[in-house]
Amino acid sequence: MNHESAVHCDIDDAGIALVVLDQSGRGMNVLNPALVEPFAAIIERFAADPSVKGLIITSGKTTFLVGADIDQLSAITSAAEAFELAETVKRVFRRMESCGKPVVAALNGTALGGGLELALACHARFALDDAALKLGLPEVKLGLLPGGGGTQRLLRSLGMQKSFELITQGSELRAAEAKALGLVDGLATTREDLIEMARAWCLTNPKASQPWDAKGFKIPGGDSKHPGVVQLLAIAPSIANGKSHGNYPAITHIMSCLFEGGLLDFDVACQVESRYFAACVASQASKNMIGTLWYQLNAIKKGRSRSGGVASSKVRKLGILGAGMMGAGIAFVSSKVGIDVVLLDTSLENAERGKAYSLGLLDKAVSRGHSKAEKRDAQLARIRTTTDYGDLAECDLVIEAVFEDREIKARCTQATEAVIGADALFASNTSTLPISGLAQASARPANFIGLHFFSPVDKMPLVEIIVGERTSEQTLARAFDYVLQIGKTPIVVNDSRGFYTSRVFATYVMEGLAMLAEGVHPRSIEVAGLKAGMPMPPLALQDEVSLGLSLHIIEQTRKDLAAEGKPLVEHPGVAVLRVVGVEHGRRGKKAGQGFYDYAGKDKSLWPLLIELFPPAAEQPQQQELIDRFLYVQANETARCFEENVVRSVADANIGSIFGWGFAPFHGGTLQFINALGAARFVERALELAARYGERFAPAEIVVRQAAERGRFEDGA
Amino acid sequence: MTDAYIYDAVRTPRGKGKKDGSLHQATPVWLLRTLLLALRARNDLDTALVDDVILGCVTPVGEQGADIARTAVLDAGWDERVAGVTLSRFCASGLEAVNMATAKIASGMEDMVVAGGVESMSRWQMGSDGGAWVMDPRINSALGFVPQGISADLIATLERFDREQLDAYAAESHRRAAQAQAKGHFDRSIIAVTDLNGLTLLDRDETIRPGTSVESLAKLAPSFEMMGSMGFDATALAKYTTVEKIHHVHHAGNSSGIVDGAALLLLGSKEAGIRAGLKPRARVRMAAVIGSEPTIMLTGPTPACRKALGKLGLTPADIDLWEINEAFATVPMKTARDLGVPLDRVNVNGGAIAMGHPLGATGAVILGTLLDELERSDQTTGMATLCVGAGMGIATVIERV
Repeated sequence: MNHESAVHCDIDDAGIALVVLDQSGRGMNVLNPALVEPFAAIIERFAADPSVKGLIITSGKTTFLVGADIDQLSAITSAAEAFELAETVKRVFRRMESCGKPVVAALNGTALGGGLELALACHARFALDDAALKLGLPEVKLGLLPGGGGTQRLLRSLGMQKSFELITQGSELRAAEAKALGLVDGLATTREDLIEMARAWCLTNPKASQPWDAKGFKIPGGDSKHPGVVQLLAIAPSIANGKSHGNYPAITHIMSCLFEGGLLDFDVACQVESRYFAACVASQASKNMIGTLWYQLNAIKKGRSRSGGVASSKVRKLGILGAGMMGAGIAFVSSKVGIDVVLLDTSLENAERGKAYSLGLLDKAVSRGHSKAEKRDAQLARIRTTTDYGDLAECDLVIEAVFEDREIKARCTQATEAVIGADALFASNTSTLPISGLAQASARPANFIGLHFFSPVDKMPLVEIIVGERTSEQTLARAFDYVLQIGKTPIVVNDSRGFYTSRVFATYVMEGLAMLAEGVHPRSIEVAGLKAGMPMPPLALQDEVSLGLSLHIIEQTRKDLAAEGKPLVEHPGVAVLRVVGVEHGRRGKKAGQGFYDYAGKDKSLWPLLIELFPPAAEQPQQQELIDRFLYVQANETARCFEENVVRSVADANIGSIFGWGFAPFHGGTLQFINALGAARFVERALELAARYGERFAPAEIVVRQAAERGRFEDGA
Repeated sequence: MTDAYIYDAVRTPRGKGKKDGSLHQATPVWLLRTLLLALRARNDLDTALVDDVILGCVTPVGEQGADIARTAVLDAGWDERVAGVTLSRFCASGLEAVNMATAKIASGMEDMVVAGGVESMSRWQMGSDGGAWVMDPRINSALGFVPQGISADLIATLERFDREQLDAYAAESHRRAAQAQAKGHFDRSIIAVTDLNGLTLLDRDETIRPGTSVESLAKLAPSFEMMGSMGFDATALAKYTTVEKIHHVHHAGNSSGIVDGAALLLLGSKEAGIRAGLKPRARVRMAAVIGSEPTIMLTGPTPACRKALGKLGLTPADIDLWEINEAFATVPMKTARDLGVPLDRVNVNGGAIAMGHPLGATGAVILGTLLDELERSDQTTGMATLCVGAGMGIATVIERV
């Protein structure tokens, strides 16, 4: 046995070599020179040694191989380097699949990206039938594409349509799904069984070769000249752009690889793939996504915003006040990870209705085969409904998710503190009321914190942790740990009106309303919102939020500011809210009418909008609208950063993408400024400010960056 | 510059473009051979006087490929010194061939040229030549490709043409075509197509349905709704941001028919005509092409006509008769509306909705029809125009002499 490197190799009496990928110092194998170089050497020896009859590749980790080494990829500085990297990996895979002897992948765990590409270059694949095992080519999620021949081998294995779907969406398959597609040849129940299946395959197929190397090979479903495939190719960009709006170059590049690959011979097609791979690596979108969705996200998960020096903690028992939409969602995600939940509401009926939300989600999971009845029952048993505050006594953490009213919240806080232990935390799920103000009702404000969940809680990945004036470091650390415990991503912000996410999110929606007031055609506004990369257009979003709620918040803000003796500078969008929401009484989606008319699942813009806000004869270019949406959010984020509301660049970027869906390909609101460069941002922001108002006047911090060639960066 | 004159125009009847169509059994070269032989015979033409044969063909693959113009010249037994070239400007190809012939003659480079086009849509299906515009995702995405029917429906939506108006236009196309056919208005140009034994395959346009009415058309389902909902509508609406929804109003009955057919015109300078002993019928006064936005695609005719008229210092009112290709009912309706032309001067003998649109040939077909009608009704000036794939327009102005 050879222990020198990341790859171990053991040859049995029958001449079948078992190659185990096992990089030291890593929890998972990744494709990098430390792995590829020794692996390539083994392949050469295997090809040359007549006593070796076959090769089985497996992993020493619980996963197989999870993709390329992102550190290596992000260190690449030129397209030529990226091209060469892809070609190097491909040469090894090609040598392996064309050496004339059988090579089998024994997938003992998840194989993603380069991991699945390696498996596709094997002559057969067997996988462990394990619910945790996932197979997929998710490169697109970081703005990349499979550069190890994956697009071409998948195309030649599954055909055009399936390859389009799997690679452009970055879908992950379970073992059984992969087997049904024919990507995997067999499923094993144990690791021994898995290796044995692979070994048997080697022995019965002593002269294995790939189908695409056989004379007369045809791509399943036809190549790119086949009339059916041409029809698919004609509409595929429309389908992809319907969601991506052309903002993700990787998606177009993937389609090009498949289209061109479907006309070319295998080796040429692989080289073309390397060219598109290099273009992806060099793209700004990929740099933005890797920077934020990989590095910054990992930094957050490692606790960069958590106060150090506090021992890590776990919540065992959680109290939730209010079993409405938010409370019910928090109960679900918490009970899911084994936390005992006390769900309290004013009536048992209400509390039970909140619990029924979990039942509904769990029943669905069971019926789809994603969970089991026992698991469902165990989780439901962890949720206890009550109307009695006394039942909260043992809770480590109590989260209130009651009506957004200071009085009510104060009463809940006091009633809770009367029963919980002195050490327990109290958190408010308010999205609008400043935490320090709410904490005034608390007898122990150091234990009081904001935990702003997003709706629907079971789907939205973010929790915004709001630190009040008197919140202790200990409390922050424990709240942070809880958010990680329920599998969500925490960002930490300081107390301020609207905190971070609600404040910046509002600028997007309000900008849309301001455009309407200016005479921009309502649909043009909506299209621009989607093209800017936002998940929902602003007017539709305003309907979701409800006009009533927004007006209520604006009114509250006015009162608060008046109390502080400050005037409210009214946003031009507010007048639109009043006309539609008050004068015409259209309160939003729940009421069935807002900026849209709602009829079942269909909605259409309210026809009277055009008369209330007549479109100007000269309509602005879409790019102008897109810029307004992006700049107004980026600028407001910069102000939040400058005011120390949001405390790190990572939190700002991740918060914007996970919290309200800011264009992921821009890498978040602050990365948007970084990518443009502060000088260009300032120049354009000044232009927009001159045209549309002070809200575009660039934040001081960016003006300073422009002068000093600075950028938004977190310290090490 | 030398003036270019039209000496003759011939065409095959248009046959239904399916396997039960009467021209399906004729090869595209056979259609051209039929016309080349007729052109030679009826003009007693010494083919050595002809420099070139320029033919439009939009799907130049298989037996329509490999420069069918040169193939047909040789097959028809014309003088071997007559060259041949095949071109594609999509649906404008047949008229582009005429315009290119005109330019060659006007420049003095050539003296006598045959121009026209051919398309056997039943034998070589539309789109079977592929093309990066459609099949290469990079290009498709950059250009915002949608099928023409989506574009036509978008135009109708923007122009607020409803289904009933479009169907009324379509019914009128059939009524006019049926009447023209009955009165023999097409007889001068139509050359019957026979098989190799001389047995007649087709001697009249095959797809005219005289009884067509708004009521009968109302039964037809929209053709582009399904593909629109699959994603093409979204692509079109990403550019046309003030339209909330595309109304899918076009269908098989108010769109041009898929047919087989060919057409040729004989053009030449005055001197060439004298040498051949021929009398000129009309002069080509001006021609223009223009590019327009490719996703809506079919709005090119208006600017193309304006461009040609502008060069002549004319206005639409100076044109006596119009042929605006009926690719979809919305196209002649919109073009006529844009230019302020009353529909009773447009396509007076019906159009492609009734008689079909053999892609590569249509431009030459409608120019021949226009010339015949100018002569029959004793008028002077005519305009032929077509909308063109990928966003183009073409226009040609002729004047009787």
